[in-house]
Amino acid sequence: MDQLSVEHLLGIKYLNANDIDLIFKTADHFKEVINRPIKKVPSLRDITIANLFFENSTRTKLSFELAEKRLSADIINFSAGQSSVKKGETLIDTVNNILSMKVDIVVMRHGNVGAGVFLSKHVNAKIINAGDGTHEHPTQALLDSYSIREKLGSVKGKKIVIVGDILHSRVALSNIFALQLQGAQVKVCGPTTLIPKHIASLGVEVETNLKKALEWCDVANVLRVQHERMDIKYFPSTREYTQLFGINKEILDNLGKKIVVMHPGPINRGVEITSDVADSDQSIILNQVENGVAVRMAVIYLLAQQIKR
Amino acid sequence: MIVDNYQPKFDSILMSKITLLNSKDIEIILHRLACQLIENHNDFTETVLIGLQPRGSYLAKRLSNLLQKDYNIKKLESGLLDITFFRDDFRRRNAPLAATSTEINFLIEDKKVVIIDDVLYSGRSVRSALTALQSYGRPKKIELLVLIDRRFSRHLPIQPNYRGRQVDAINEEKVLVTWKETHKKDAVYIEQR
Repeated sequence: MDQLSVEHLLGIKYLNANDIDLIFKTADHFKEVINRPIKKVPSLRDITIANLFFENSTRTKLSFELAEKRLSADIINFSAGQSSVKKGETLIDTVNNILSMKVDIVVMRHGNVGAGVFLSKHVNAKIINAGDGTHEHPTQALLDSYSIREKLGSVKGKKIVIVGDILHSRVALSNIFALQLQGAQVKVCGPTTLIPKHIASLGVEVETNLKKALEWCDVANVLRVQHERMDIKYFPSTREYTQLFGINKEILDNLGKKIVVMHPGPINRGVEITSDVADSDQSIILNQVENGVAVRMAVIYLLAQQIKR
Repeated sequence: MIVDNYQPKFDSILMSKITLLNSKDIEIILHRLACQLIENHNDFTETVLIGLQPRGSYLAKRLSNLLQKDYNIKKLESGLLDITFFRDDFRRRNAPLAATSTEINFLIEDKKVVIIDDVLYSGRSVRSALTALQSYGRPKKIELLVLIDRRFSRHLPIQPNYRGRQVDAINEEKVLVTWKETHKKDAVYIEQR
């Protein structure tokens, strides 16, 4: 029970409920650590971690980097923009070159679905998926669930609606897997064009009326509209999207109950969520960011524990 | 001469578990330790007690209660420290290390700290605790209090300032401390491994 059932963190779909429980319990301890005057423990001082970001990232990259530093690991950072990837090097070659520098753990974000799984089969290091295309973003889902657990006591039996661009969202898929593993009910809400066709096969209900979805839920996890992943127009205008699926104070105040509002960031203020909601006491957006460091420390710690000398 | 009806004088010698201290012994020892602490720390305004998780926490809580109830110490700060992330055997042992919680809600800057643990063996836990404590400030002084001091088994140059009982147990033997809170009985046993 004190060890993860997996060798890499490639996606939530490879985890079981015990793994999530173990990660959360470990994260509890790390949350205490990062609130100390000196926020650092020496556990991973002989571990080297490479952060490979083939896609842009601010929050996730900073959060991973901070988590690694708080655990005293040595880190090297790599962004595709400034690398030999542009010169035509393959993924395996790039990573193997980095591993020759004696790296133990690779944290990777990549635009292609399954890049982490592919890498885990071909290189000798622990892989942590920090987002692969529109597929999974496991650490985000873990920190989302962790934040719900912190706010509401537990995830089991809670009703969570994921609002927005479900089609292009790796956060949505990982969240669905994670929430269901912990016994929560999940609905998705958004324009039908942005909801994947076969989402019902995951046991997820679709609701296209935002008001009904919010009346049903305990927690609303609001996603960003990912314009950069859209090759065609999925809705007529941003203004129309905001009118139908944007969350504002008025809708929340008319619900007759206080729901929890989450957002994985980056926020488009005034589009999917208004500023007064994002900054209200119902929002746990900044708690999510804080918990992200603790949860990532837990994941890295638990995987590093499996590396034998 | 063959003694065929040989009866050992002490049943316990043949058993794998020998009682070293019973609850009465432990009570006397706790009172003595409390008095020794008072000798050096007076009213504890400058002193904090830190129990090492998991097993030192019972001793720390017991001593803290005793000092407050029987010895009239008005204000006594005490906390619990988990040293898991500071251990030097991470990834060197087969069983994974499970962390417990740390409960220190104060700074130890310029305070006198008394680290409390049940058994002092190799000294490695105390070494880790010394490092872990740095996260909470720079104390004026750190002392060590243990219920059982296993002599001749140290890996590091660490010795207690206060000891309940010194024991010369060999390495194959294990010193086991049980508390009322967890095992219904205060006792210290020596077990054959």
